[in-house]
Amino acid sequence: MLVLDGVTKSYGERRALDDVGFTIEAGRLTGFVGGNGAGKTTTMRIILGVLAADSGSVLIDGIPVSAAARRRFGYMPEERGLYPKMRVREQLVYLARLHGWTAAAAGRSADGLLEQLELGARADDPLESLSLGNQQRAQIAAALVHQPDLLVLDEPFSGLDVMAVDLVQNVLKEQAARGVPVLFSSHQLDVVERLCDDLVIIAGGQIRAAGRRDELRAQYARRVWELGVDDPDWVPGWLDGRGTVGATTDTSVQLEAPDDVRRDLLATAIARGPVHSWRHVQPSLAEIFREVVG
Amino acid sequence: MSAAVSDQITQPTFVATVRLVAEREITTRLRSKAFRWMFGLLLLAAAAATVLPNLVGGADPVSVAVVGTSPVDLDTMKDSDGAAYFDVRDRSVDRPAAEQLLRDGDVDAVLVFGDDSLTVLGLRDPPTRAVQAFSAAPKVELVDPTGHDPAVAYFVTIAFGVLFFLAASLFGTQIAQSVVEEKATRIVEILLSTVPARALLTGKVLGNSALAIAQIVGVAAVALLGLALTGDAISVGDLSAPILWFVVFFAFGFVMVAALFAATASLVSRSEDIGSATSPVTMLIMIPYVLSFVAHDNVLLTRVLAWLPFSAPISMPSLVFSGDAHWWEPLGSLALLVVTTVAVIAVGERVYRNSLLRTGGKIPLRDAVRDAVAGR
Repeated sequence: MLVLDGVTKSYGERRALDDVGFTIEAGRLTGFVGGNGAGKTTTMRIILGVLAADSGSVLIDGIPVSAAARRRFGYMPEERGLYPKMRVREQLVYLARLHGWTAAAAGRSADGLLEQLELGARADDPLESLSLGNQQRAQIAAALVHQPDLLVLDEPFSGLDVMAVDLVQNVLKEQAARGVPVLFSSHQLDVVERLCDDLVIIAGGQIRAAGRRDELRAQYARRVWELGVDDPDWVPGWLDGRGTVGATTDTSVQLEAPDDVRRDLLATAIARGPVHSWRHVQPSLAEIFREVVG
Repeated sequence: MSAAVSDQITQPTFVATVRLVAEREITTRLRSKAFRWMFGLLLLAAAAATVLPNLVGGADPVSVAVVGTSPVDLDTMKDSDGAAYFDVRDRSVDRPAAEQLLRDGDVDAVLVFGDDSLTVLGLRDPPTRAVQAFSAAPKVELVDPTGHDPAVAYFVTIAFGVLFFLAASLFGTQIAQSVVEEKATRIVEILLSTVPARALLTGKVLGNSALAIAQIVGVAAVALLGLALTGDAISVGDLSAPILWFVVFFAFGFVMVAALFAATASLVSRSEDIGSATSPVTMLIMIPYVLSFVAHDNVLLTRVLAWLPFSAPISMPSLVFSGDAHWWEPLGSLALLVVTTVAVIAVGERVYRNSLLRTGGKIPLRDAVRDAVAGR
């Protein structure tokens, strides 16, 4: 488990991170969401030790993260990059050895990953000769080749085609299943929503919300209910100002109204004809995001 | 983490990391076609520079037209080195025709044999070699037979200068490219999350320095072999002390230059900008290179250059060769060079570390150095 506490970082006059604190739990996928310039990359670079924080602490299992511990982290930066002219397998072995692996163990790990990512046939080709999709796979392999204790991925889904998105998703799930804490940022809120167990929302260098996805959903659930009936046009007239009507379709209407009004509405609807559904609307991640950031 | 995996992991030491980085630099260079071609051409140049002058060496015979009858066989007249004096183009022409040949440039001299006299005709300058052939050579005694020919000293200075300048600019540029490649492809972010910037810089500098020194040794070996084979006047013994000093000065000077190239290259993010970013360093090695030629017959200037860290690798070995250096001078100059190298590396490492993650435009050198010196 990795804990950030009170992390602050300024670039000159501009405060990039202000008292940032959150937790990445072992075996769980934590989605890191925020607009451009919100502080995601800076936070990740501080976790990785590429940047130094002005103040605050980063703890792993209660101990301040040392350079030795950081060598056991895996990182995929937002702007991808490996050596273009170096052979794929060779780079993986090189990176694993920089992380402290012996040449033989690094070779075995690289071979295993290349097989798993279906790059075995291209192992001895220079990276630049691979298709973009295969280069992305090699990039993932580079973050995993030393079997990291913690995985940090900055925008792992940006610029990926559908196949590659699935591949990355599976890899992240696998790593979490191995017990590794995984932090990943993304602009694609739908992917984050589908994939992550925990959520951290950052805006203007401050953490606006953090916690389990479902708890956040419940927390930010508005009092919106959805009634599923055929031809719901009568509902606004029936409410007559006792509540507000939201999105309406041919077979459903969303509304916000006090408890007793909702009870009456449901009874009325049942009396009028079949009711297909009646549910408390969960906010989407995009809605929560807009609410906490806006 | 399973026990089997943990067993395979060691906490890498600084030295082990540096070695890994240096190894990668070396294998990458060795694999590059451009590098192999360059090295081959350098060796060829070294061989050509030492062998060719001796193959075409010796004085050329002078082409002559002969008027009248020579009392001796001109074709068999040879100088002390065994080279023929004359290449007789025309015999028994009359004098006006011979003069015309001279004017037309068909011959270099005309020998006019009279009954009891010989006149040598030249066009504008006296044809010395033709004159020599008929002159009596006085007895020659050398007072300082071991003293150095100024031309040889000049040649030695040029050799040191060219080697240092070539190696510094070639390998310096390669270090710069390697730094910018890592920055441009952003792999530097992965590297920095794994190893300290200092290990990265040290590995790069040492890997490339080792290659540069190996190349210099190769070039020097070919040059010495060439000299030995052709029996040139410079004996290996005369050169061994200056060459030794050159290698020592080269090692430190090169590390200093390499650190400068790495630090200045880290200021930019695109390979197109390498030239402008590293131009101050190129000037720093170019100016002493040119000055060392200018100074080859000026002991005072050579001495000043021999003490300045950037020109010491070229000028101090020449000063030792010409015999003008006091025994303590190379040591003192070397100490100065080492101190400068350490200072340059300390500042260069900060500049490098601070600049690696700043991509986009070029970072002004003045700002980077100011930050580095201020300890940021």
